[in-house]
Amino acid sequence: MNWLVNALTSTIGRKVLMALSGLFLILFLVVHLVGNLQLLKSDGGIAFNTYAKFMGHNPLIQTVSILNFVFILTHIFVSLFLTLRNSKARPHGYAYVNNSSTWSSRNMGILGTIILVFLVVHLVNFWGKMKLTDFGIGSYVEHDTTQDYLDLYTTTKAAFQDWWLVLLYVVSMIALAFHLSHGFQSAFRTIGVNHPKYTPFLKGLGLAFSIIVPAGFAIIPVYMFLQG
Amino acid sequence: MKLNLKIWRQSDASASGKLVDYKVDINPEMSFLEMLDVLNEELARKGEDPVAFDHDCREGICGACSLYINGRPHGPMQTTTCQLHMRHFKDGETIIIEPWRAAAFPLLKDLVVDRSAFDRINHAGGFVSVNTGSAPDANEILIPKTESDEAFNSAACIGCGACVAACKNASAMLFVSAKISHLALLPQGQPERERRAENMVAQMDAEGFGACTNTGACSIECPKGISMSNIALMNRDFIFASLTSKPELKVSEGA
Amino acid sequence: MKLDSKIPEGPLAEKWTKHKFNLKLVNPANKRKYTIIVVGTGLAGAAAAASLAELGYNVKAFSFHDSPRRAHSIAAQGGINAAKNYQNDGDSVYRLFYDTIKGGDYRAREANVYRLAEVSVNIIDQAVAQGVPFAREYGGTLANRSFGGAQVSRTFYARGQTGQQLLLGAYSALNRQIASGKVTMYTRTEMLDVVTVDGKARGIVTRNLVTGKIESHAGDAVLLCTGGYGNVFFLSTNAMNSNVTAAWRAHKKGALFSNPCYTQIHPTCIPVSGDYQSKLTLMSESLRNDGRVWVPKKVGDNRPPDQIPEDERDYYLERRYRSFGNLVPRDVASRNAKMVCDEGRGVGPTKLAVYLDFADAIKRDGEQKISEKYGNLFDMYEKITGENPYKMPMRIYPAVHYTMGGLWVDYNLMTNIPGLYALGEANFSDHGANRLGASALMQGLADGYFVIPYTIGDYLAGMNPSTDKVSVDHPEFKKAEQEVMDMTKKLLSINGTKTVDDLHKELGKVMWEYCGMARNAEGLKIAKQKIKEIKADFWKNVRVLGKNEELNQSLEKAHRVADFIELGELMVDDALARNESCGGHFREEYQSEDGEAERDDEHYAYVSCWEYKGPGQEEELHKEELIFENVKLTKRSYK
Repeated sequence: MNWLVNALTSTIGRKVLMALSGLFLILFLVVHLVGNLQLLKSDGGIAFNTYAKFMGHNPLIQTVSILNFVFILTHIFVSLFLTLRNSKARPHGYAYVNNSSTWSSRNMGILGTIILVFLVVHLVNFWGKMKLTDFGIGSYVEHDTTQDYLDLYTTTKAAFQDWWLVLLYVVSMIALAFHLSHGFQSAFRTIGVNHPKYTPFLKGLGLAFSIIVPAGFAIIPVYMFLQG
Repeated sequence: MKLNLKIWRQSDASASGKLVDYKVDINPEMSFLEMLDVLNEELARKGEDPVAFDHDCREGICGACSLYINGRPHGPMQTTTCQLHMRHFKDGETIIIEPWRAAAFPLLKDLVVDRSAFDRINHAGGFVSVNTGSAPDANEILIPKTESDEAFNSAACIGCGACVAACKNASAMLFVSAKISHLALLPQGQPERERRAENMVAQMDAEGFGACTNTGACSIECPKGISMSNIALMNRDFIFASLTSKPELKVSEGA
Repeated sequence: MKLDSKIPEGPLAEKWTKHKFNLKLVNPANKRKYTIIVVGTGLAGAAAAASLAELGYNVKAFSFHDSPRRAHSIAAQGGINAAKNYQNDGDSVYRLFYDTIKGGDYRAREANVYRLAEVSVNIIDQAVAQGVPFAREYGGTLANRSFGGAQVSRTFYARGQTGQQLLLGAYSALNRQIASGKVTMYTRTEMLDVVTVDGKARGIVTRNLVTGKIESHAGDAVLLCTGGYGNVFFLSTNAMNSNVTAAWRAHKKGALFSNPCYTQIHPTCIPVSGDYQSKLTLMSESLRNDGRVWVPKKVGDNRPPDQIPEDERDYYLERRYRSFGNLVPRDVASRNAKMVCDEGRGVGPTKLAVYLDFADAIKRDGEQKISEKYGNLFDMYEKITGENPYKMPMRIYPAVHYTMGGLWVDYNLMTNIPGLYALGEANFSDHGANRLGASALMQGLADGYFVIPYTIGDYLAGMNPSTDKVSVDHPEFKKAEQEVMDMTKKLLSINGTKTVDDLHKELGKVMWEYCGMARNAEGLKIAKQKIKEIKADFWKNVRVLGKNEELNQSLEKAHRVADFIELGELMVDDALARNESCGGHFREEYQSEDGEAERDDEHYAYVSCWEYKGPGQEEELHKEELIFENVKLTKRSYK
């Protein structure tokens, strides 16, 4: 297995870890967004709470969610290793730099840190509370039986009455957008996907993704805040 | 035209250096290096040590010249410093001239750095193993024009190191990938393709270059316009080689 | 002195084959006991070092660059000739031989040139196998073009950077041997002397250009692959650091210097724009395939080119050379440009330029087509001059480009000092008085890949690899080291008023004025006197700052310029002694009524071989008569 360790600890190997974990998290974002958009349904939260219950109880989803944490940690720790190596690669900096690359491509670390802070707040607010404290229990009737569920919808709605939390979410989603705008296409290059016919499409897709998905996330708190 | 220069001066590798101010009065038709020649002649006349800088062909092909000019390798145009002309600067402008900065390019004096790390990466596999005299007739190897043209684009790298200088991580991925791609795109390079990718990447890492974060600054600043697609190809070759290469068999050649 | 060129007996086409068979071989087990020193790692040096290491010899290779990939071979644009006859257009080894001998104005050895043509085909095979990306047709075969007025398409090319691609091929072969441990590479290390013991070359003395350390290296043979000396003119298309020092110091140790006056002036360079200029830029000769060369008919016509009507233009090459027109060989095109400028019909601010006009070609083929062919050259021109050649005719002027002269070598590429070899542009051997386009790359690689690996064995086999060893502790090494240190100390101690460049420029001006495109006895005598003065001035007034024990670029230059000055004297002597016009040597006294060069085959069909006689002494001329058994000496006519 020595070869695997060698491959994964090389600069390219580490970049591949970054890319693969990043691509997984991108997939996760899609699933998460689809669920969250249920919050916009004006059904008093039934659709959303059903979704939340499904997510909380399906064993496959549970496994994936553990993987999700593993990938988040991989993404964070490998990036720390790489950042450290990269700063060592230029011990003496320039007196003056006139950059030609995009701002987001150079500041993935800062953008990532903002997303990390957001993630902590987000998890404490929802996932943590859901797991560790008591939520209100709601119920609805389906096929003549009463179904119980954690009323995540009400909690969410309550939380998004704080303007600062809404602001944090919006700002973080902007950071996510910039992070994705570089990360999406960068990940594909890192795993070696490149072809004159398909790369332009992937770049376009990445750009669209990095605008649409964070915008979708950002709309929810704003909408709920405005709804009151 | 009159210019204010701020040039990095450092007497040798171990000394500490600093930016020193100079003034020159020059003709806008000069090349950037001719402007430095003028400065050096003046310094020599005054009994001051001339500024050391690497240069040779002054035609934009040998890759010897370097210089980080006003925050960009080879200055504001996409060309080598020797092909940069002073008409691209304004009268009275201040120009900051620094050496390439990277741990893998140790500074030797003033603006001269040691780029032998690039050679060592090439020693690790930047070749096709074919002894003199053992080649088949040149036209026995048919290569589609498009493949050949693409390989040429990669082979156009002049090894100047601007990619490393431009990269915020001081990564050498563009340089290394250009060599790997050049040979990976040609039939002649296939037998050693996996070994080459593994060995050259390992040497690149051992030299202390940073990791690539795909900012693309390398390609934007490359005087020969080497494309980022080389990096993708190298990554693919490296991943593939890491996953599939087989250990060398121990064989006895017999007596 | 007896000069034995060691040209093999027998019919021309069989000489090399027979010679290879007659050469002694070194037993494979013994090869590892020999050490070969290779100085310079351009095309010839890198090819030789790699090929010799592949055979099993130990090689120590030296370059003053930071990497072998920077050697000036890299700057060759146009291509490399080979008698492959892939185009089925009548080419053959014999035709390449004939064209080269004729192009050299019958001042080269038949046997050498034939061998060059013979191995040219192997070079292409070798380069392709290394991965050199030559231009190709859609079917996957190699493409060719006609170059420099050749009537067959035998030139292989890699866009405008054939030199770089071939050098990277040789460099990769060298890298492979460095990795295998058979070649030890010394970069940023300049050779400052050859060491001979008992009359044989046994090593070199070098200076580490970073630390200044003077060191000796011993070996069983020394190969000088150190290029040409065009920088004696200060302004040339050579790289800034190209120099004659290795060859010149070998000359001072007894190696004969041949034909120093043969200088190739390339017709299509970007003109000088001012005194500050540090070097000249060549544009590929292929431009003359479509560009038309002209000047105004009237003297002192200052109108911009687009306002000079057709009938007031003089397309002088088309007028004078009906059949070749704008495609006459380099020496002829250069000389004619000088002639019209001397008449006062030159153009541009300095009046030292002629127009190269693409207007007709653009009208005929469209801008698109012209841009496909020459786009990179047009861009380069615009980058340097700030003028757009699609709208305005280019301005061009000849510039020093290549030196046909060099160290005398025999058929085995060995100088008259046993064990000392010279390869590539550093020797004199294959181009006679004028080199054809796309032949420099061919010769460098032929010498390195396909000649020296065979011929060096013959010399080494005559030595006992175990007992016949000399170490760097030998007094001759100590003596040579001391001489180098003394000279360095002297240069640093003068502390005069002129910079090295000042003196180099003075030398260059004298050389260009009196020993450039056209020479005459009177001017050469003036030059001789002036160079003597420059030499005296140099050793009295040069200012070299700093110390030896550091990276000191002024000191490097001072060593080189000191040698250029001495070489300049010899070039003038050689030009004076050759009372004829041939190829790159045009003596104004020897021309026909219509200004064409007039050779004197009866008296000057020889190689001049100059022997150094000590400081301040006149050098002694030896002659190697050239014997032509296969070609008839004709007047080179391009009318």
